[in-house]
Amino acid sequence: MKTRDATGFYQNNEIRKINATMKQSDFLKMVFPFKNKVFRFAKRLLASTEEAEDATQELFLKLWKNREKIVDYKNIEAFAMTMTKNYCYDRLKSKQASNLTLIHSDYKEKETSLDKKIEYRDSVNQVHRLIQKLPEQQKMIIQLRDIEQYDYDEISKILGMQPTAVRVALSRARKTIRQELTKTHNYGVS
Amino acid sequence: MELANIEKLIEKYLNAATSLQEEATLENYFTQGDIAPHLQEYEALFYYFAKNKEEIFTETIQLDTKKRPNKKLKWLSIAASIAVLVSVFIGNQEYRKYQNEKTFAQVSNALQLLSFNLKKGESAIAKVQTYENTINTILK
Repeated sequence: MKTRDATGFYQNNEIRKINATMKQSDFLKMVFPFKNKVFRFAKRLLASTEEAEDATQELFLKLWKNREKIVDYKNIEAFAMTMTKNYCYDRLKSKQASNLTLIHSDYKEKETSLDKKIEYRDSVNQVHRLIQKLPEQQKMIIQLRDIEQYDYDEISKILGMQPTAVRVALSRARKTIRQELTKTHNYGVS
Repeated sequence: MELANIEKLIEKYLNAATSLQEEATLENYFTQGDIAPHLQEYEALFYYFAKNKEEIFTETIQLDTKKRPNKKLKWLSIAASIAVLVSVFIGNQEYRKYQNEKTFAQVSNALQLLSFNLKKGESAIAKVQTYENTINTILK
């Protein structure tokens, strides 16, 4: 997708043709590189694995149904991430409306029993809680930057924010987490 | 990676001024295990980021709406079938109880009729008895 700009118009038309007759397998190949990112992003916002799985399925179905429009978006991955954000927001809103509370599954470590101390596991859990407690926007930015490693332009595109605003929010989020971690570390409160 | 550099990077990191490469350097440092004591509070943070990068979507993407199993619907159908089973069971029990009551009522009706008729006979016998007694007293 990124080489498209080099030959511009011609390649653009090529892609349009592919999209119109795109097979499911081609589509799946195209979205495969970022399906995990979509899932993790949804999980960050919905705070539940099951909800995030449903959201991911729903999202790719939506993307598939709108595949003919995809060509109009320069970066499918960023577009998919934006759709994920909007979809999760809608889910959260309808949850609130129907007065259902989301089950917050705590972060679970898979290979804990190996050699990690309980105390250490607690502090990793604490990081999870601290991030979940952040304002939605900061939470998303931490996810997109520190876990998915997007650059600032991509994040600002996904979230529809100015790159400088992204940096400010990110710095604020990181400092908040640091502050809480230092508190715990110094006083030994768990 | 020398410590002074890590400290500098941490400062930049908190100000959201690090590049992706520098952030990778930080993550490497904090996940390799040998961390300076005064920086240990960051260990859990970068360990958490590293671990979260590994989480994957394990389901296969379903693009056919019909084929896609709806989890909620699945549970709903399980619940519904349990409800049907329970109600059939209870219904059956209630029906049997009702049948038993009906037979009991019929039998007791029949017995009542019988006993009524028997009583009639009894009073007739009683009359005969008094009659006989009177005759006996007269004859004596």
